[in-house]
Amino acid sequence: MIDMHEKREIERIEKEKEQWEAETLKPALKSAPERAERFTSVSMAPVERLYTPADLPNWDFLKDLGFPGEYPYTRGLHPTMYRAKLWTMRMFAGYGTAVETNRRFKYLLEQGQMGLSTAFDLPTLMGYDSDHPFSAGEVGKCGVAIDSLADMEILFDGIPLGEVTTSMTITSPAAVLWAMYVAVCEKQGVPYHRIGGTIQNDILKEYIAQKEYIYPIEPSVRLVTDTVVFGAHHLPRWNTISISGYHIREAGATALQELAFTLADGMVYVEEAIKAGLDVDAFAPRLSFFFDCHNDLFEEVAKFRAARRLWARIMRERFGAKDPRSWLLRTHAQTAGVALTAQQPYNNIARVAIQALAGVLGGTQSLHTNAMDEAMALPTEEAATIALRTQQIIAHESGVTNTVDPLAGSYYVEALTNQMEEGAWEYFRRIEELGGMIRAIEKGFPQREIADAAYAYQQAVEREEKIIVGVNRFKEEDAQQIPLLSIDRAAEQRQIERLRELRRSRDKDLVMRSLDALRQAAAGKDPWGRDLLMPKILDAVRAYATQGEIMDVFREVWGEYTEPIII
Amino acid sequence: MTTQVQQKIRVLIAKPGLDGHDRGAKVIARAFRDAGMEVIYTGLRQTPEMIASAAIQEDVDAIGLSCLSGAHMYLFPKVIELLRERGADDIVVFGGGTIPDEDIPKLKAAGIAQVFTPGATTGEAIEFVKSNIRSK
Repeated sequence: MIDMHEKREIERIEKEKEQWEAETLKPALKSAPERAERFTSVSMAPVERLYTPADLPNWDFLKDLGFPGEYPYTRGLHPTMYRAKLWTMRMFAGYGTAVETNRRFKYLLEQGQMGLSTAFDLPTLMGYDSDHPFSAGEVGKCGVAIDSLADMEILFDGIPLGEVTTSMTITSPAAVLWAMYVAVCEKQGVPYHRIGGTIQNDILKEYIAQKEYIYPIEPSVRLVTDTVVFGAHHLPRWNTISISGYHIREAGATALQELAFTLADGMVYVEEAIKAGLDVDAFAPRLSFFFDCHNDLFEEVAKFRAARRLWARIMRERFGAKDPRSWLLRTHAQTAGVALTAQQPYNNIARVAIQALAGVLGGTQSLHTNAMDEAMALPTEEAATIALRTQQIIAHESGVTNTVDPLAGSYYVEALTNQMEEGAWEYFRRIEELGGMIRAIEKGFPQREIADAAYAYQQAVEREEKIIVGVNRFKEEDAQQIPLLSIDRAAEQRQIERLRELRRSRDKDLVMRSLDALRQAAAGKDPWGRDLLMPKILDAVRAYATQGEIMDVFREVWGEYTEPIII
Repeated sequence: MTTQVQQKIRVLIAKPGLDGHDRGAKVIARAFRDAGMEVIYTGLRQTPEMIASAAIQEDVDAIGLSCLSGAHMYLFPKVIELLRERGADDIVVFGGGTIPDEDIPKLKAAGIAQVFTPGATTGEAIEFVKSNIRSK
């Protein structure tokens, strides 16, 4: 509670500030004017010259901050934060075929990485097999190509899946790839309760930003909900959705938009799982998040802190969750790929260090740092290692891990955190007016907000209101050359040949029967009844049906999505 | 049609392949439009065939291809090849995306008139189109 004493104190500070402005600031501005008329964050949000307690008028330490490990978790999810356990250093990797990526995984584990994170190629992400005409030229290019369980067996060959956790960045075909992973675990003899990891599986952000959708929104959300239900019943350590702001931000959103749209998506998944008959506390602890960490250090820290506070309040107050684990916004973070430059690529090492620091000061649970060469290509082993070392330097040398939430109490950071929270509630209100998040997406509301922000930022760069070192200032004529990873076209051919061999050698009747059973389940009118889709997908995967074949079953039944074009 | 409309430069902005990164394509489309051009944006997931057909049907002066998936070495030259087959090689084709420097000469040899990499401004792209389209 704000008592009279504090109120008087704030009035006194405001008065003193006026005096400071007249006596000290004014002459200083006269002799040395400021570098710009207006200062803004990377999200183009205005930033004041000075923050004081007067910028936190109704701020309440116990209510708004509290203690780490306690509601509303502004200061962090754990009472000791990084003093007990560092974040998981989880580097995203994948290229070529399963053979190459398996080798990279083993190398990363040897270098001290703590968990795996799989990047899939575009055909896999879009639910096409490697030999599909749409896949030409894309196989193994921006991630690993996985067509069937046979590829998944190679991908995790020699890696004990009961001991590492694996994150899979996949959404439209998430259920299928997850089923393949579970099937590999079965073959390795890992019991279901020990299987740990994450599938991205956040379909709503695909329509908003990443654009790797396949089916119309409603059946897609049904498939996601099916995995949430399956996970709640069988795989207690699996994060069934990684509710992602990363792609929303990379598409051009501001920090606030990233925060608001991500949490709005999250609320849809919670509502749908409750509609499917689950108790909120039966699944909410397995929802995790994924945010971007951009260049603007304090704005990013405020975003993470506000995200935790908002989610805790939403889960407890709106959804009535009683288990404190349901209130926790556990998050992965990745540095902003969009902030990297192709010019003077070594500079990206410094950018990534600042961004990673933002994630750590924000209290993330796991982190991927981008490599310096990622504005041009997938990372080389050397570039990816520097990015991992950057995390290790922050963890072991910078000292920021010695205390919990070190920026708490900064007038600026607390004011920003409050602004983020208030701005997000305002967006939630507008989304509700549009009929909820699914309707808002159909109407193109978040898409338009993001496109406007992206365009405004680009214009600011071109007017040189925003400076990008090496791009619109401090340019160099002789380009720095660094070695880049190139993926040979032969990988595509090898993958296609392996796929053809699989199609020849598997039990065709078994494949057909499993796909028919899946088709019936998908066409069923009782979406939350006994015919859960996941067990049928698992049967098809075990029979070595390809992911393209499984995804085609849903294409037949549900059709495909066409997006409204918004420029 | 008035003379003024006929003089407007027509540009097709296209996303070939499976790549869904459309931030750059949309920013470019909007900047071209603001610069007074007629812009047709194809939307996502276009095959080279679809792009060539749309360009011919829409009678555009230029095509801007955007690809961030690494598949540009296959997709960009394929569009050129199809335009040539159909006698539409007067259309200027330029591209952008995450494209390594070493690929640029190869793309130019294949007929891509210009390649804009990260950091290029919309102003540069507008200038390029204005000074390079062939008069019809």
